[in-house]
Amino acid sequence: MVFRYELEGGNFSKAGHASSEIKKTLKQLSVDPRIIKRIVVALYEAEVNVVAHAWKGEVLAEVEANQITLTLRDEGPGIPDIPLAMQEGYSTASPAVRQMGFGAGMGLPNMKKNVDELEIESRVGVGTNVRMVTRFSGE
Amino acid sequence: MEEEKFYHAIEVDHDRCLGCTRCMTKCPTKAIRIRDGKAQIRRDWCVDCGECLKTCPTLAVYVEEDDFRKIFDYPCRVALLPTVFTGQFSKYTTEQEIVGAIRELGFTHVFPVEYSTDMVCREMLRRMESAEEKPVISSFCPAIVRLIQIRFPMLVDNILPVKPPVNASATYYHRVLENRGIPVEDIGIFYISPCAAKIAALKGEEGYTSAIRGVINLDTFYNKVYHVLKNRPKDHVPDCELPPSLTKKEMRWSQTGGESKHFPGRSLAIDGIHNVIDFLERMETTDEVRNVDFLELRACNKSCAGGVLTVANRFLTAERMMKRSQNRDKIPMIYAAEDMDALAWLKQHIAMPPVQPKTKLIYKGTREEVLEKMEQVRNLMRSLPGIDCGACGSPNCRTLAEDIVRNEARINDCILIRNTNKEKEYEHEGK
Repeated sequence: MVFRYELEGGNFSKAGHASSEIKKTLKQLSVDPRIIKRIVVALYEAEVNVVAHAWKGEVLAEVEANQITLTLRDEGPGIPDIPLAMQEGYSTASPAVRQMGFGAGMGLPNMKKNVDELEIESRVGVGTNVRMVTRFSGE
Repeated sequence: MEEEKFYHAIEVDHDRCLGCTRCMTKCPTKAIRIRDGKAQIRRDWCVDCGECLKTCPTLAVYVEEDDFRKIFDYPCRVALLPTVFTGQFSKYTTEQEIVGAIRELGFTHVFPVEYSTDMVCREMLRRMESAEEKPVISSFCPAIVRLIQIRFPMLVDNILPVKPPVNASATYYHRVLENRGIPVEDIGIFYISPCAAKIAALKGEEGYTSAIRGVINLDTFYNKVYHVLKNRPKDHVPDCELPPSLTKKEMRWSQTGGESKHFPGRSLAIDGIHNVIDFLERMETTDEVRNVDFLELRACNKSCAGGVLTVANRFLTAERMMKRSQNRDKIPMIYAAEDMDALAWLKQHIAMPPVQPKTKLIYKGTREEVLEKMEQVRNLMRSLPGIDCGACGSPNCRTLAEDIVRNEARINDCILIRNTNKEKEYEHEGK
């Protein structure tokens, strides 16, 4: 089953909507609460990334009986150096974004830590695709 | 998985219920449906918060209570009295007069609920230090504990497994009475409850299990006490022993902020069940709630002063409790107690079993089956009007769709769809 949510650049107050909905769905599927927590953390970080950096984007969540695949596509500046962006503490967030309590440079590393698979594709000036997979079995 | 059920104290009188949908839309766990024109509560989703009772225009929702005469089954009859009870009366009614009236009603002892507060607080602080999950959440409000079990199962481990004062004080005082040589079967401790959730929490599936033998609803008790006070001659001087007096901290424990100010770090007090839900939702999904150490969460606005069974205005009650406790700063009585044995007994029995999750599951079945049902709900949502009118008997269109998929409702329960279908029929017949 696929769920789709839209994201709007700069609208931080709406970031977290997709994570909240996905959390409710996973609870109904009786997924281990610890795994739900990790998925929600990763998705929330990813949502904030799109809102903080891109112009607009969407979340596609494909929920299956044994795993969830989260795809975030955005139209935005893209990431020129992905390995650099994966480093803890590296951030390109604007001072305004940092003032709101975001942009500590932990987004991507946190996402990687909390999912089973993370793939990033990006084209500078066009946008970024992030794909995250987590299996429910927990092994 | 074992299906342990909750005991519930809230009932609906179907003779009075109009089926008006007010309670259904207010219910924070969407546990109410209107079926055959009457409100029905889904037992496994109800947290006994009493929101339905507060909103019911015909007083059809009520709290079940024990027969008052049950106290006379026991030679030793204890009224376990919360500070909010005294808060129902203005400053012109003294504690002495209130206690005198309670004794006249047949109680042999009056003991304050908040007596054990300091001990409870210390134990909470001790456990908070070693807690793995922050913020820790107080177990004080039973409606909140149930809410977390049902709606926020990921947070059950954050609840401190320490008995709330009512249970701790009952444990302590029961032991004191035993030590005085009173046989266990003669001791009847009755709690005067300001809310339904406390009753439900104290009375398990098989009846009362703790030291408490029964519960009297605070409104019923208020009427009885007030009646005695009103019928007294003006110059009446009550002659009775006062229960141990409480400190400021103890008297204010049940107020909003009464707990939180005694915990170090970032400590928040949130009252009102909808406020609590909003906060916990944010805590679960966003990283907005960071570095919070302690949460005091209460289901009622103004905490126990706003309990569903209270009589007086909650703001006045809170103000009176503050005033009455103003000049009460001394050592907590519990440490001055002669009864060191009962104190040691309480120390050993102050913990409660860890809270278990009881997730509200909308659908039964394997993950594949549940996913399929979710898909069906999504398809149904396309044909439902989405105005959430509640006329079908479910709180909103989404819950109607879920009820349909669970075979508990039909698409024709939607009055708009039914109307459209009828119109089509007429057109068809017209041709």
